[in-house]
Amino acid sequence: MTPEHVIADHPLTYDVVVVGGGNAALCAAIAARRAGASVIVLEAASKFYRGGNTRHTRNMRCAHDAATATLSGPYPEEEFWDDLLRVTEGETNEQLARMMIRESKDMLDWIAEQGVRFQPSLGGTLSLGRTNSFFLGGGRAMLNALYLTAERLGVDVIYEAEVVALDIDTDRFRAAIVQQPDGRLRVRGNALVAAAGGFESNIDKLVEGWGEIARNFLIRGTPNNRGTVLDLLLAGGVDSIGDPTQCHAVAIDARAPKYDGGIITRLDCIVFGIVVNTNCERFYDEGEDVWPKRYAIWGRLVAAQPDQIAYIIFDAKSANLFMPSLYPAIEAASIGELAGKLGLDAERLSATVTKFNTSVRDGDFNPDILDNCRTENLTPPKSHWARRIETGPYYAYPVRPGITFTYLGVRVDHEARMMMKTGGPAQNMYAAGEIMAGNVLGRGYAAGIGMTIGSVFGRIAGSGAARHAAQ
Amino acid sequence: MQRSEALTEADRLMTICNSCRYCEGLCAVFPAMEMRRAFTGGDLNYLAHLCHACGACYVDCQFSPPHEFDVRVPAVLARVRHESYADYAWPRALAPLFRRNGLAIAVITVLSIAAFILGLAAFNAPSTWLESRHGPGSFYALMPHNAMALLFGAAFLWAAVAFIMGARAFWNDIGEPSATLAKPRPLLRAIRDAASLRYLDGGGVGCYNEDERPSDNRRFYHHLTFYGFLLCFASTSVATLYHYLLQREAPYPLWDLPVVLGTLGGIGIVIGPIGLYAAKRKREPAMMDGGSRGMDVAFLAMLVLAGATGLALLLLRETRAMDVLLALHLGAVFALFVTMPYGKFVHGLYRFMALVRYARERHSAELEARST
Repeated sequence: MTPEHVIADHPLTYDVVVVGGGNAALCAAIAARRAGASVIVLEAASKFYRGGNTRHTRNMRCAHDAATATLSGPYPEEEFWDDLLRVTEGETNEQLARMMIRESKDMLDWIAEQGVRFQPSLGGTLSLGRTNSFFLGGGRAMLNALYLTAERLGVDVIYEAEVVALDIDTDRFRAAIVQQPDGRLRVRGNALVAAAGGFESNIDKLVEGWGEIARNFLIRGTPNNRGTVLDLLLAGGVDSIGDPTQCHAVAIDARAPKYDGGIITRLDCIVFGIVVNTNCERFYDEGEDVWPKRYAIWGRLVAAQPDQIAYIIFDAKSANLFMPSLYPAIEAASIGELAGKLGLDAERLSATVTKFNTSVRDGDFNPDILDNCRTENLTPPKSHWARRIETGPYYAYPVRPGITFTYLGVRVDHEARMMMKTGGPAQNMYAAGEIMAGNVLGRGYAAGIGMTIGSVFGRIAGSGAARHAAQ
Repeated sequence: MQRSEALTEADRLMTICNSCRYCEGLCAVFPAMEMRRAFTGGDLNYLAHLCHACGACYVDCQFSPPHEFDVRVPAVLARVRHESYADYAWPRALAPLFRRNGLAIAVITVLSIAAFILGLAAFNAPSTWLESRHGPGSFYALMPHNAMALLFGAAFLWAAVAFIMGARAFWNDIGEPSATLAKPRPLLRAIRDAASLRYLDGGGVGCYNEDERPSDNRRFYHHLTFYGFLLCFASTSVATLYHYLLQREAPYPLWDLPVVLGTLGGIGIVIGPIGLYAAKRKREPAMMDGGSRGMDVAFLAMLVLAGATGLALLLLRETRAMDVLLALHLGAVFALFVTMPYGKFVHGLYRFMALVRYARERHSAELEARST
């Protein structure tokens, strides 16, 4: 018999089985354990890679009524709701979203009580000091703290434990079948919390929604978010929410690794240059708005270009206006030479740059506001920060779509209980984090909101599961 | 000039860290790094000496091994520091002492102790050697005070000149104006940071050693070592004043200030280094520069030797063992002083200076931020 077929029963039946190992999973595990339940966390990754995309996060958005030691001013519930409404363009469940925002006020303290530490204030280039709390040391530091707390409380954690099957009886979870390096294990539980992320690292699944172009996508985070648990739940009769073709896609350095390049592959220089495709054509207004606000549209734009690649072109004037990134910019003394290095047609690129340059109307350049440097009679226009590309050396970054997370998930109610396709909530199945984020975040994104969804619904799911298991 | 492998790797890491910046709240290295976009060799040496190797950035990093980006900031900066010690050494001819440093220091120590034993034996009649002696002046019956003062004064002066020349080389390398060293604000700030080992606290919870659980052992043992050393130094200074100002001769009674300071200090430099060594043995190898292990251990061993022989001398100074223990202790302390500019001790000097520069940079940046 091959090892895949060996099934051993875990000697214990747990009150709560948590599938996943990121922020949402750990918040659920800790909340359940604090409520008195016996808890096991099944993490598909090895210990180093534990925590899914939480490893790459840095901050969390929570409503608060007054400035704190780590936040520079109040961020009232209503403002949070307005921000959420704007980024999702209404694709959100208002009842769930408002509940999450209300609960988020309490999360800053709760998360800190679990040992997570926050930075006093942020220097840097991000203007999130009022709305978002930054983890001291980043997402992996946050995870380390949560795991230490969970361990101290007596939560069992097993790594390299990928859930490959779920034993679901109509609307009742009974056990998870776990693939481990040396065989399969059946873990029985009185309640389930699914916090196993999305499916962005499953290219075949992305291809189902996007077509073959998805093979050229890069995955910014964990290679473990393959959507297995989501598929198992949907096949088990749980209702879905969200659009399978929707995902958060930004333009990242095309030289980044296929998976797990994380934050350091991002490029925020688009607003200072022009972006062309392999035909040397511009295809969108690079100066439409402040970069963080338009950050998430460029992945989708680049995905629509030939070979899913594009090039940000700028000159020496702009070389130091943005955050440094992992790979150096490609540099050349002339536009023609730059085209050669990028494998583009030199004449066409020069023509595009010349046309852009002649359309630029002089203004007062100011990188911090929507300034009045713009083009005239150019399609597409560049509405702000338009300056002639004429000062050598010239630079370019190749970019590809970088997928952060997906939106399709399981439908939940306000107790984070999964909803069945047949109507009504499951008896003992809860969900938290990216796997149910689509309930609140149908599209778009606002920095730090993934952590809010994970923490708030994680804690609700964990306490709910513990309550159920105690009955 | 061709960059060393360590500097090239440090440059690669700082480029990665500068595009991530998740660690900026942990210590001084990352805010200092953020003030730059590209890194000269001097910049990298400066950043390397700012690093206290608390390990927090390694444990917190999403790109540390086994990730393919292989980010190991504490290990690589330790390697850069180690290389820079030899680069700054004065006189240049002694720079090779930093290579195979453990062996070099062991040999110098053995020779020094042997010289003291032989010297004491040679200058004292066999009949008086190994006699038990009592009361003030009994040390000087074996070795005249002036001879002792001359010998140790020369060793101390040698070390002081070598330190000053090394410090100059470091300061030139990192390109900081000498005027910074005369400014009270950065100096005071750096003294406070160094005295509290502020940046060995892992960003607040303690330093990391063998795994992701902060323990703060290393800071505790480093404090014992550092303050133990200072107490021993104070003890010697007070004794020198006693001798010349009050004409009071060693050995002093147990309750007297030089003995109290020396005893406390001796305990510190015995327990502290042993604790640091134990932590080093358990330390995650990916956080360490394997190449500097000999140097680190040699310096710890030297401190323990000086401390332990001093304490033994105190306990047994009225017995027949006094002569041998005095020779041992003097030999150990002499070797410690002459080798200090060529061993791990120098890390404190350059780190302190890096802290001075950081305090100055930080203050300048704050002033600039306020004026805009």
